[in-house]
Amino acid sequence: MTLTLDAPRFVETKPLLTARNLSKSYGDVQALRDVSATVYPGEVLGIVGESGSGKSTFLRCLNLEETPDAGSYSLDLPDVQGNLFDLDRYGRRMLCATRIGIVYQNPHLGLLMGHSSSGNVAERLLVAGERRFEVLRDKARNALDASEFPLDRMDAPPIELSGGMQQRVQLAKAIALEPALLLLDEPTTGLDVSVQALVLDTLKRLQQERRITMVIVSHDLGVIRTLSDRVMVMRRGAVVEEGLADQVFQDPQHSYTQQLVHAKL
Amino acid sequence: MTPQFNRDAPVLEVRSLSKGFTMHHLGAQMAAFDDISFQLRAGEFLLLKGRNGAGKSTLLRALYRSYLPGGGEILFHSSHGVIDLARAADVDVSLLRKTEMGFVTQFLTARPRVSAEALVAEPLRLSGVAQEDALEQARHWLDAFGVKRTLWAAYPTTFSGGEQQKVNLARALILPQRLLLLDEPTASLDASARAALIDRLSELKSRGTAMVGVFHHPGDVAQLIDSEIDLTPDVKSLEERENVVV
Ligand SMILES: Nc1ncnc2c1ncn2[C@@H]1O[C@H](COP(=O)(O)OP(=O)(O)OP(=O)(O)O)[C@@H](O)[C@H]1O
Ligand SMILES: Nc1ncnc2c1ncn2[C@@H]1O[C@H](COP(=O)(O)OP(=O)(O)OP(=O)(O)O)[C@@H](O)[C@H]1O
Ligand SMILES: [Mg+2]
Ligand SMILES: [Mg+2]
Repeated sequence: MTLTLDAPRFVETKPLLTARNLSKSYGDVQALRDVSATVYPGEVLGIVGESGSGKSTFLRCLNLEETPDAGSYSLDLPDVQGNLFDLDRYGRRMLCATRIGIVYQNPHLGLLMGHSSSGNVAERLLVAGERRFEVLRDKARNALDASEFPLDRMDAPPIELSGGMQQRVQLAKAIALEPALLLLDEPTTGLDVSVQALVLDTLKRLQQERRITMVIVSHDLGVIRTLSDRVMVMRRGAVVEEGLADQVFQDPQHSYTQQLVHAKL
Repeated sequence: MTPQFNRDAPVLEVRSLSKGFTMHHLGAQMAAFDDISFQLRAGEFLLLKGRNGAGKSTLLRALYRSYLPGGGEILFHSSHGVIDLARAADVDVSLLRKTEMGFVTQFLTARPRVSAEALVAEPLRLSGVAQEDALEQARHWLDAFGVKRTLWAAYPTTFSGGEQQKVNLARALILPQRLLLLDEPTASLDASARAALIDRLSELKSRGTAMVGVFHHPGDVAQLIDSEIDLTPDVKSLEERENVVV
């Protein structure tokens, strides 16, 4: 039973992110089946679903680390045109460095664990072409500060830091260039509950103050509920349901979503 | 204060609204309500009645689109134009919730490290009011609902149930909206907070806010009520009361 809603009538801005019919297989495993998503500027889209349902694969596609077998992806930004999967490696790298930030569950994927934390953040700025040492240091400091990272530790390498602080370094790196799009893959999973709450609070604050458009994946429905405007539910590579966050949680339509929500209540 | 709105202007036209739940794990369907129709004009107050489980909360949530309506129409006359909330795009509903539709329940959603005054000021900030101005108004309403001054800058996560409820009301009622939905907002409030709530509701009403509400003790709001719907099955009837002038 899928009820189709009307197209937006009052919201006149165009979606920032439009992904259409992404499909991706790894051998026999179909990781994505016809996945489409639209995200408006300033909106937070939450993605939930069982393990192996394709959530991380979808985020890797949005971060242009992965190319789907079929489908298109566009961002409504000045100087950015067409299907982004058509970009070459250099084009992808520049777009990601300047417009897209990502935070992974595993900090090893996003950080050089032996380099200084400030260096990790500055590296992102270097890729984007900044060479002035003072500017690099200032911007790295500001981004770490905005991520509520303790500045007296900014020269420590992530390997020496707690999990919560490592996530803040990833976040600082992701927001250093004021990206149009922030992708978060299980940003609080594996952290202590109290640290989780603090990182979540930082994300909420950044979202409110900077109106950053976000796509966040988490198994923690509390995290999704706190941050998201809309929620998309995935199962076996496909989207089974999407809607306003409160509606998906309070009045889930699909049997899988009902299971998921009731299991957590 | 003279009302600057048109009393005849429709705000909400609900036509043959129905809602049921499919409970997949039971393989069962359950109807919550069926064929509800009513009209609400600016400044009108509709009371929902009915026994426990009659569907009062469900109807309010369907109007706010926290529940997906099954059938029928919810025509909302917004400042952008008329829209059917039963089918409107999620982003349009989000937009309207920010400035034109409010929902008041008994429960506060506190957030870690957000002060009471910031939480109350948030709806104003999101609608474009400057930070300082928003905070000042927030303090006014915290005071009006009887939240102690020492708590204004504190985090409500640690407040008592009653204190949280007052913060919740201040937040929910700070921004005058075209449509306000109320689900038992007076339950377990002390007498002075209850009086402050009734005062605020009649002020909003006189300024043109249309309201649909469920009240555990409807006597509290007797002077505000323009019409009633009883959702208890087989009692379905829309009684028009004498229009009470406030
Ligand atoms: N690089 C890869 N090579 C082979 N198979 C892959 C690869 N990446 C993902 N898969 C497979 O694709 C499917 C989707 O994986 P994905 O990591 O996107 O799931 P997920 O929803 O993020 O799961 P989780 O919640 O456990 O993180 C899985 O079956 C996975 O094994
Ligand atoms: N999300 C839901 N999923 C399934 N059934 C629901 C859901 N929400 C409400 N119901 C059912 O719908 C019926 C109406 O419930 P509702 O909460 O609207 O009643 P109410 O009139 O507000 O009752 P009360 O006076 O006790 O608050 C009940 O049988 C309830 O169990
Ligand atoms: Mg994953
Ligand atoms: Mg109820």
